Amino acid sequence: MTTTTWPRPDGGTPAPVQQRGGAVAELRVVGMVWERELIRYVRTRTRILSGLIQPVLFLFVLGYGMSGLVGTVGGFNFHQFVYPGVVAMSVVMTAMFSALSIVWDREFGFLREMLVAPVGRSTLVLGKMFGGATVAVMQGTIMLVLAPLVGIHLSVALVVQMVLLELLMAVAMTTFGVFIASRISKMESFQVVMQMLLMPMLFLSGALFPLSGLPAWLAFVTRLNPLTYAIAPFRQVIFDAQHMSAVARSHFSTTVTWFGWTLPIWLEVVMVMCFAAVFFVAAVRGLSRTE
Amino acid sequence: MVVLTDTSRVDRGSAGDGSAAVEVRGLTKRFGALTAVNDVTFDVAHGSIFAFLGPNGAGKSTTINMLCTLAAPSAGRAKVGGYDVVAQARMVRRHIGLVFQEQTLDDQLTAEENLRFHAVLYGVPTGQIEQRIARVMELVALTERRKDLVSTYSGGMARRLEIARGMLHTPSVLFLDEPTVGLDPQTRALIWEDIHRLRREEGVTIFLTTHYMDEAENAERIAIIDHGEIIALDTPDALKASVGSDTVALETADDGAALAALRAAGYRVEPTRSGLISYVNEAEAAVGPLVARAGVPVRLVRAHRPTLDDVFLHYTGREIREQHNEGGQLPMFARMHGAHRR
Repeated sequence: MTTTTWPRPDGGTPAPVQQRGGAVAELRVVGMVWERELIRYVRTRTRILSGLIQPVLFLFVLGYGMSGLVGTVGGFNFHQFVYPGVVAMSVVMTAMFSALSIVWDREFGFLREMLVAPVGRSTLVLGKMFGGATVAVMQGTIMLVLAPLVGIHLSVALVVQMVLLELLMAVAMTTFGVFIASRISKMESFQVVMQMLLMPMLFLSGALFPLSGLPAWLAFVTRLNPLTYAIAPFRQVIFDAQHMSAVARSHFSTTVTWFGWTLPIWLEVVMVMCFAAVFFVAAVRGLSRTE
Repeated sequence: MVVLTDTSRVDRGSAGDGSAAVEVRGLTKRFGALTAVNDVTFDVAHGSIFAFLGPNGAGKSTTINMLCTLAAPSAGRAKVGGYDVVAQARMVRRHIGLVFQEQTLDDQLTAEENLRFHAVLYGVPTGQIEQRIARVMELVALTERRKDLVSTYSGGMARRLEIARGMLHTPSVLFLDEPTVGLDPQTRALIWEDIHRLRREEGVTIFLTTHYMDEAENAERIAIIDHGEIIALDTPDALKASVGSDTVALETADDGAALAALRAAGYRVEPTRSGLISYVNEAEAAVGPLVARAGVPVRLVRAHRPTLDDVFLHYTGREIREQHNEGGQLPMFARMHGAHRR
């Protein structure tokens, strides 16, 4: 685009680099920020492990505990019910905590290197968003190996659908995490705030138990939770592929209702996209505030 | 109002014609009631090394932040590489290299990965990235360590890697904010070798801040900044000449009496925090007469050729304290000041 043209003191100096601008250059930056997230993910194996342990704990410990209580309904047990929720949980946790790298970068100065560069804030957020989301989807995909253990049948078509829905919820939750991280400067506060948000959001999303039996006020709160709309379609596509009996299907409800009206899957997906868009704008604003 | 002692370079009439690498006119930054930088005006010539010298809190970093578009000026204007720092902030950012006081590397990446990240961020064409990385690593002599994680680097190596990174996109001005702070003397010398090599081989203009007097000597021109104002601006030699050729420092049993006696005898003497300083033509020859005429017992005498410390003292009436903690240039003073610190 532009180049430095002033005279250099001696003629032998190398020609200045012609810096590129425009959409292609911004896309390359998105790719670079994404690549850095992946490199860091692969290099910190403890993170991969810790992202697995908690969901596995929920799946087996909570699963066994509750199975005794709920029992088997129409050939379907609680393990099978909770499995989609636990996969989603692993995606959501990884996605939200991937934003920790922003707080980390601020503490170690690297955020400054990014913020002073001649690129848009939204470009940086996009890179972080796709980076965090990719890592989260990888984590969620690792969880697929547990499916046969709890009696969930996977097909290629189902896995494709699952990965797409994981990507959607990962994008939304990474952006949410980036938004929180853009407003918090201390690592400790970020951990605390995330834990404080994560648990209620997971419990009030239908990930671990059906939302149908909740009192009205609590049901209302669940409808404000973006995770509710991300987890319902995820569970629905998995259950649709399981040949469940009608009894089991109605017992383990997967739908979200608004005042008695059942939302179609496409509307749930649109809701998650809307949440993601709002978080994105908030995250870009939050980062612009920093410098 | 700023008084410029430099008359050779600054030409207020030339503002805006893009003749200098950095042009600053009446730049001011206020934080509420506090004026951090007050009506600062100067030019930096292409391909030169320009130093901002002043104690901590004098307004050096605030000025650099405004020039790098990281802070908005309260008044005045500035151009870097011919671009206005407010109206053309993004163009300014493309044409400057920045090395901050605090480290801004990702230490979980290798040196090479850090540089590649920067190259993409600054829109260096894909075909040139490898070549530029090899070039800047060579400039700071870190070629053998390019595949190593930055977490294995020493503080000095990390700083030199940051300087290399700042040069990656061939900026026209490289800003270095306290580039050697907290490093050992050997590493500081290495960094200065790097800086001179960059200037020589890449033709970049260097703008740096420092509170180390001995390092400011490396610059072609020095602006002394104190309380947000430039109080002197010239070449190191001219600045030193402006405070007299030689000085004799004295500490006596009664500095007040000695001051009066020496002034009465026609000597140019000023009180300092720790004693007196006398400006003379021939320091060694003046010691005898000065001691004789002081009229009170003299505890310490030190004759020396002027340094930038004297310049700073002359213009501000104070010494830059940090210098005495580690410089070793004034051994007696250092020992005395150091004593009650330990």
